Amino acid sequence: MATLREIRDRITSVTSTQQITKAMKMVAAAKLRRAQENILAFRPYSYELRNLIGHLVATASDLTGIPLLEKRPVEKVLLVVVTSDRGLCGAFNGNIIRRTVQRVAEYKDREVSLFVIGRKSAEFFSKRDYTIQGEKINLFNHLKFEDAVDISSQLVSLYLNGAFDRIEFVYNEFKSAIQQNLQVEQFLPFVSEEGSDDTRAQVDFIYEPGKIEILNTLIPKHLNVQVWRILLESNAAEQGARMTAMESATDNAQEMIDRLTVHYNRSRQAAITTEISEIVSGAEALKEN
Amino acid sequence: MASELNLEIVTPFGKLLDSNIKSCTVPGTQGEFQVLQNHAALISTVEIGSVKVEYTDAKSAYIAVSGGFCEVKDNRVTIMVESAEMADQIDAKRAEAAKKRAEERLSSKRADIDYNRAKLALVRATNRLKIAGRP
Repeated sequence: MATLREIRDRITSVTSTQQITKAMKMVAAAKLRRAQENILAFRPYSYELRNLIGHLVATASDLTGIPLLEKRPVEKVLLVVVTSDRGLCGAFNGNIIRRTVQRVAEYKDREVSLFVIGRKSAEFFSKRDYTIQGEKINLFNHLKFEDAVDISSQLVSLYLNGAFDRIEFVYNEFKSAIQQNLQVEQFLPFVSEEGSDDTRAQVDFIYEPGKIEILNTLIPKHLNVQVWRILLESNAAEQGARMTAMESATDNAQEMIDRLTVHYNRSRQAAITTEISEIVSGAEALKEN
Repeated sequence: MASELNLEIVTPFGKLLDSNIKSCTVPGTQGEFQVLQNHAALISTVEIGSVKVEYTDAKSAYIAVSGGFCEVKDNRVTIMVESAEMADQIDAKRAEAAKKRAEERLSSKRADIDYNRAKLALVRATNRLKIAGRP
């Protein structure tokens, strides 16, 4: 049985761990709030762009002049894997990595390369037998729109020069603070969602320059926005996952402290009882003499 | 039909502006154009430049925008750009630094530099500086 002192030391150690996990939880909660604000601020822009694209694609008579819409036979695939830079966020990164490995296996007849975002996936895949096309780490701490533009333009040029015929994103979508949805999403060739509420259909627009030219500038812009959205979602999901993970770590620590305290008190009591009975029996022995 | 002209400027970081105006001048790809009330429906690409807004109370303002789109329909103007700043909100120091950085990149002639990107950064920074000086 552990001595009193050992138990006491253990309690102290668990308490300080608990303080750390509690602090991490708070930090994650604050970051999550900021990430959510970002997502909210960005929604109108993304909504307007998507509608506009939907309208143009639906009304344009001829879409052949737009290379980013053009579908080619798929031979070379690029998977863009979005994980976090830091750990301690539960199954967040593990899920992504597992799904990616599975996705690569699904494409077994084709050539698959990876583009890794976030240190966790970079570390995992660089140690294993995967072709890494590009890498982007340390960006979630100060997430900037320029980062998204940078990634997106790299991907677009890879697609346009024929290095890849299909580009997909694997990332965690932010559902709520306690829930993330794993998503595999096609990035290129570009798929436009048909504008369901197309209020523009009846209007006779002047297009300046032409529809095709507008689409050719609009689609890359929209792709920037897509990457930005994915980064924001992933960031929010990461903070959510970390918050939940740290919360249960704090709870577990508390449980452990409670158990150890009971244990400590029992041992202390037992020690006192033994001591008393020793003294009493010692006194008894003296009396008999 | 609405009797006023409404201008909305949206960026990935939120709405910069949503108000009733008298007119606005937008730097389109095929030249600058002005939108007044009852303008015909129009979709145009927008270049890096300045949007001039005349408010209903005869005040006017300049807004630095980077590339994007403009849509005019039913007296609603929606400008979607990747960044937009009111003239008095422009961080001139930052723009100056960005300009210098871009110029250095362009003059260094190193192979690993994305020439187009540096050039665009330069245009954006110069545009900001130009507009920052205006009232």
